[in-house]
Amino acid sequence: MTGITLYDKLWNEHLVCAEPDGSALIYIDRQLVHEVTSPQAFEGLRLAGRKPWRISANLAVVDHNVPTAGRDQGITDAVSRLQVETLDSNCAEFGITEFGIHDPRQGIVHVIGPEQGAILPGMTVVCGDSHTSTHGAFGALAFGIGTSEVEHVLATQCLVQRKAKNMLVLVDGQCEPEVTAKDIALTIIGKIGTAGGTGYTIEFGGDAIRSLSMEGRMTLCNMAIEAGARAGLIGVDETTIDYIKGRPFAPQGDSFEQAAKVWRDLRSDADAEFDVVIEIDAASVKPQVTWGTSPEMTAPVNALVPDPEQEKDPVKRESMIRALQYMDLKPGAHITDIRIDKVFVGSCTNGRIEDLRAAAEIAKGKKKAASVKLVLVVPGSGLVKRQAEEEGLDRIFKEAGFEWRDPGCSMCLAMNADRLEAGERCASTSNRNFEGRQGYGGRTHLVSPAMAAAAAVYGHFVDISAMVEKSPRAPTNPAASNGHGKQPKPPKKAVKPAASGNGSKQKQVTKAAAKTRMPAKSKTSNTAQPATQQPENTKGRNKK
Amino acid sequence: MKPFRKINSRVVPLDRPNVDTDAIIPKQFLKSIRRSGFGPYLFDEWRYEDRGEPEMDCSNRPLKQDFVLNQPVYRNAEILLTRENFGCGSSREHAPWALSDYGFRAIIAPSFADIFYNNCFKNGILPIVLDSAIVDKLFRECKPGNNLMVDLEEQSITTHFGETIHFEIDPSRKHRLLNGLDDIALTLQHAEAIKAFEAKRAASAPWLFAIPK
Repeated sequence: MTGITLYDKLWNEHLVCAEPDGSALIYIDRQLVHEVTSPQAFEGLRLAGRKPWRISANLAVVDHNVPTAGRDQGITDAVSRLQVETLDSNCAEFGITEFGIHDPRQGIVHVIGPEQGAILPGMTVVCGDSHTSTHGAFGALAFGIGTSEVEHVLATQCLVQRKAKNMLVLVDGQCEPEVTAKDIALTIIGKIGTAGGTGYTIEFGGDAIRSLSMEGRMTLCNMAIEAGARAGLIGVDETTIDYIKGRPFAPQGDSFEQAAKVWRDLRSDADAEFDVVIEIDAASVKPQVTWGTSPEMTAPVNALVPDPEQEKDPVKRESMIRALQYMDLKPGAHITDIRIDKVFVGSCTNGRIEDLRAAAEIAKGKKKAASVKLVLVVPGSGLVKRQAEEEGLDRIFKEAGFEWRDPGCSMCLAMNADRLEAGERCASTSNRNFEGRQGYGGRTHLVSPAMAAAAAVYGHFVDISAMVEKSPRAPTNPAASNGHGKQPKPPKKAVKPAASGNGSKQKQVTKAAAKTRMPAKSKTSNTAQPATQQPENTKGRNKK
Repeated sequence: MKPFRKINSRVVPLDRPNVDTDAIIPKQFLKSIRRSGFGPYLFDEWRYEDRGEPEMDCSNRPLKQDFVLNQPVYRNAEILLTRENFGCGSSREHAPWALSDYGFRAIIAPSFADIFYNNCFKNGILPIVLDSAIVDKLFRECKPGNNLMVDLEEQSITTHFGETIHFEIDPSRKHRLLNGLDDIALTLQHAEAIKAFEAKRAASAPWLFAIPK
């Protein structure tokens, strides 16, 4: 009998009943609710005369629509205001705990859940938001759902699901100090593509993952969905348990010890078999910058913008051409030569305290480049904001000419007033670089918080690894030459064209030696080839 | 939910991979608290020259003439033919709401993103996965006047040239779609099993059921 994966354990643990055709009813321990994907669900309950099955399983917060400045004046956009007020009234009507706009605990749903201890190992967690995958960092099975399913969970505390396959992404070795969970995430997505994880739950393992903080683990699992996987997972260890201890919604005292004992077993067995295993050498991961309109279109900062002519697949070539046109980039350009207009530090991917510290570390004693119109720093929650202020990070940002805002989703998806104007180019710590994502006609480059801060200071992307090699304290004082296009350029070393992302046959995005190894159990065949291939599921659901 | 049985319709070819749900329905329209009325804003940024806003009257907005949905020959099509990983990104159910409100009943692609795929079934849309080679062929044959007939009961697509293509679909999803069944009512038939599961879980992991403060 071979071992069991963490995903399989969590699945088995929540199985209420299985249907003969392979679908199953799965029990949901926690539902997070926000204002955008819930109004129609509550309306559905009302129309059918149904009540929530277990009220205390739900925790609600307003985040997508809230303004990040001038909050005491209320929400000026009437449509946004109605949506926020609708959540308030729905939560009041059904008795659901909600952190309203003026609650000090308010923030991005995927930041406040863990922060409150409302996400615990072994839970099933859902939310009408694809970045629910974040919570897999706690050894919880967490995934995004649509509004009909939000209603379904409210009414039944269950979901009809089909079991996903198991993928293991092993990141062994040690990352360079300037490489973050964000860079690991983008490297993985660049390698397997935005559909590479479709139909799978991705478990992240290896030394480099173990040495990540909970914040880093959340960043990584958050972006599992950008690789196509509804859920990301990381096994429980002492880092997980230490993070949870003492948080308001977590068990306390003896109950905590009792729970922690159970949680420590929430790991894949050593001999567990995965359908697909992807290996990445942590040492080869470089700080990433996306150059296109899909998160898989990513490259190391010291690379060149790739050339679509090198891409053999006509469909991919066409989408690269489209992406470069939308992004107004030329093949072969140095990524470090890309100049930016705005910077966004925040989101459910990178809006936690560690992210703000990393950005502040780079910004300390510097000024934003004069050519950069706006640098928005948006903490993930009211409590993150408070902690950052206690640490003096807000002063560092303000002195650098960055704006220090109130918590919310903000310019990650630009549902509030924070957005790009057409043609503007942004270094963003968010998760999606889709066309128009940050504002109509806006151009998004996804990066880590430190890379975003460096771009704010220099006005263009900067290879922070080159700077770190020269001096552990980061760049030479750019404030002196600030704004006149004379910022010193960090050395460009080993410039190579980037791979085109998904399925590219080019050799190198990062040398991340991605071998795909297939255990005996697997029936797939194409993954035996180098990692640029996609796993079988993308071949079509009509296969068995 | 409207049952899905059989449709015979013209086909809109949307020849792009990785069409994300932000493209299907941009964020500003997500502020609505209703489930309907999204059709006019479907693919808003690709379809119109100007920037769309919620509740805007679309009848006089300038159209991007080369966008496929704006070509009169594809008007009233109920079938969308597209490329891999359709519906990736955000979980917004507003995407299938917009597609359905516009009039699409079936979408054919080599693959779909998981959450979107799931959301389709909740809204009477049939997502059909076919081998990419077959999708390629359908793209080549996709010309005005060349209708496709989709028969869910038979799990088949019949082309203009009389060719029949079989597709797979999970039996329970097929059953629900054919009959337009309400998922919640079906799940509540298991209410006793859910209660029993919950009681067992509350005993083995009481911390999950504790209410803070």
